[in-house]
Amino acid sequence: MEKFIQVIRDKVKVFSQLTASAVRPDGRPCPPYKIVILDEADSMTHAAQAALRRTMEKESRSTRFCLICNYVSCIIDPLTSRCSKFRFKPLGEGMMHSRLELICREENVKCEQAALKCLVETSGGDLRRAITCLQSCARLKGSEGITEQDVFEVTGVIPNHWIVGLLKICQQSDFQKLEAYVEELMCEAYSASRVLEQLHEIVIKSTDLSDHHKSVICEKIALCSYRLQDGASEFLELLDLCSTIMKSNLKI
Amino acid sequence: MSLWVDKYRPTNLSKLDYHKTQAAYLKNLVQQGDFPHLLFYGPSGAGKKTRIMALLRELYGSGVERLRMEHMNFQTPSNKKIEIMTVSSNYHIEVNPSDAGIYDRIVIMDLIKGAAQTHQLDASGQRDFKVILLTEVDRLTKDAQHALRRTMEKYVQTCRLILCANSTSQVIPAIRSRCLGVRVPAPTHAEIIAVLQNVCKKEGVPLPDELADRIAVKCNRNLRRAILMCEACKVQQFPLTKEQEIAEPDWQVYLRDTASLVLQEQTPKKLLEVRTRLYELIVHGIPTDIIFKGLLKELIKNCDLQLKTAVIELAATHEHRLHRGSKVIFYLESFIAKFMALYLQFMEDTIGGMF
Repeated sequence: MEKFIQVIRDKVKVFSQLTASAVRPDGRPCPPYKIVILDEADSMTHAAQAALRRTMEKESRSTRFCLICNYVSCIIDPLTSRCSKFRFKPLGEGMMHSRLELICREENVKCEQAALKCLVETSGGDLRRAITCLQSCARLKGSEGITEQDVFEVTGVIPNHWIVGLLKICQQSDFQKLEAYVEELMCEAYSASRVLEQLHEIVIKSTDLSDHHKSVICEKIALCSYRLQDGASEFLELLDLCSTIMKSNLKI
Repeated sequence: MSLWVDKYRPTNLSKLDYHKTQAAYLKNLVQQGDFPHLLFYGPSGAGKKTRIMALLRELYGSGVERLRMEHMNFQTPSNKKIEIMTVSSNYHIEVNPSDAGIYDRIVIMDLIKGAAQTHQLDASGQRDFKVILLTEVDRLTKDAQHALRRTMEKYVQTCRLILCANSTSQVIPAIRSRCLGVRVPAPTHAEIIAVLQNVCKKEGVPLPDELADRIAVKCNRNLRRAILMCEACKVQQFPLTKEQEIAEPDWQVYLRDTASLVLQEQTPKKLLEVRTRLYELIVHGIPTDIIFKGLLKELIKNCDLQLKTAVIELAATHEHRLHRGSKVIFYLESFIAKFMALYLQFMEDTIGGMF
């Protein structure tokens, strides 16, 4: 992490101090500045960003900066105020769909409409991920057509009946069953973080749960997901979540 | 004489006992002579390694089975030397980088660089890439995983990675998205029985159906353990009978006894006794999540639902803290102590309510 600030202080500063010529080698005119592109700028430390700020201002005559980041909130204010911002929204579903169709046509891949739809949905607006998935599916299946099931398998999406079943079991107050169910879920090798994601979606959209109930569940999901990130045991976290849901079910 | 587990391990993708459609897909995948980076995930004893080796064999022929062990040395920036065991053939190299503890990043970087920078000499009749097989990727530090992601992209020309993990939750998304995930679910009850019967038939040992059924229940859908148990049964008593006792792993028994100790008496003296037992488990290398899981399962057996949720929450919290901290015994012991307090309270309440 110390490296970032060093890079900004040495490399970027020295580079931006040099002036660029206003003519290209072939004699035609071009803008008289250089461009520094900082990719994934949001992973820079605040100290490094602060170091950049001075350079940016001082050398604006010779150099332009271009920052690329996922979250603009991770860039310190003094930097954002010095830049003009361009926001890139996630791609629309229609756009992605047509792109994937084009690829299928060009590569001669047979793909069901349902599978394409599923690809678009699971990628969450990430076209690169959708395309990689498509390629992986095509490779696995060879000359056979791609079905929805294959997309599920490659993306690691858990079939809905598992999640619905989990919620249903939480509504009964049979603990033994719950434990066995979670155990089985783990044996099927579905990842717990994925379970949390899908569970969250279902809980949010559900109409039979009360608002209070939803808030309790969501809070626990958040906590479990954080713990999983730290490397906690999947079984324990899932069981914890489910028993909380069960308990809150009983109260109401 | 080799163990049955190794002796009857299928070596060919078409000879696998279960997940046959998946095997067909894997075959499809390598038939084109090339494949993306792969990430195999599933619980232990589900057959991840078997599938990987069968895949490699499909790709390179029987040459991959001529294995040799090598010790590799790495040096950290602080001049500490680490030694890592690798198993390799002419075509692939297998490492468990998490053996190096917190220095796993260096191992990953040096190893992949070393393997990837040497090109295959005779490209005709061979693949022009090497395979690096990394096991227990989920145990890697985040630092190492980030290093892995960079090297994965950089050396895609000369090497393919096959990663093997128990769960994908601990693998960073950046790696997950770069690999083709292959889910290997644990075999079902019926599949385990079929495999056991098959193995016993080949060994010429008649296996009663009831015994096979009981082994399949006991093994927690872990095929390796099932076959080992079956062989242990045969060693204990031959010919096999249906009422025969199945030997469980001794740590499991030990863990259960520990839990019952806790349930017997909730005093500081008992806690001290439990501590020695916990230490015993830790020094024998039983993973902490298994200790937690085993203890929890036993402890909550005679609690009511209210207490159950409390205890589970306690276990989850402590298990999580254990990952943030460094000394595992603190958290295990704290969990036991907390449980004792809760349980005592619970017992007093129920007994008090009776009068």
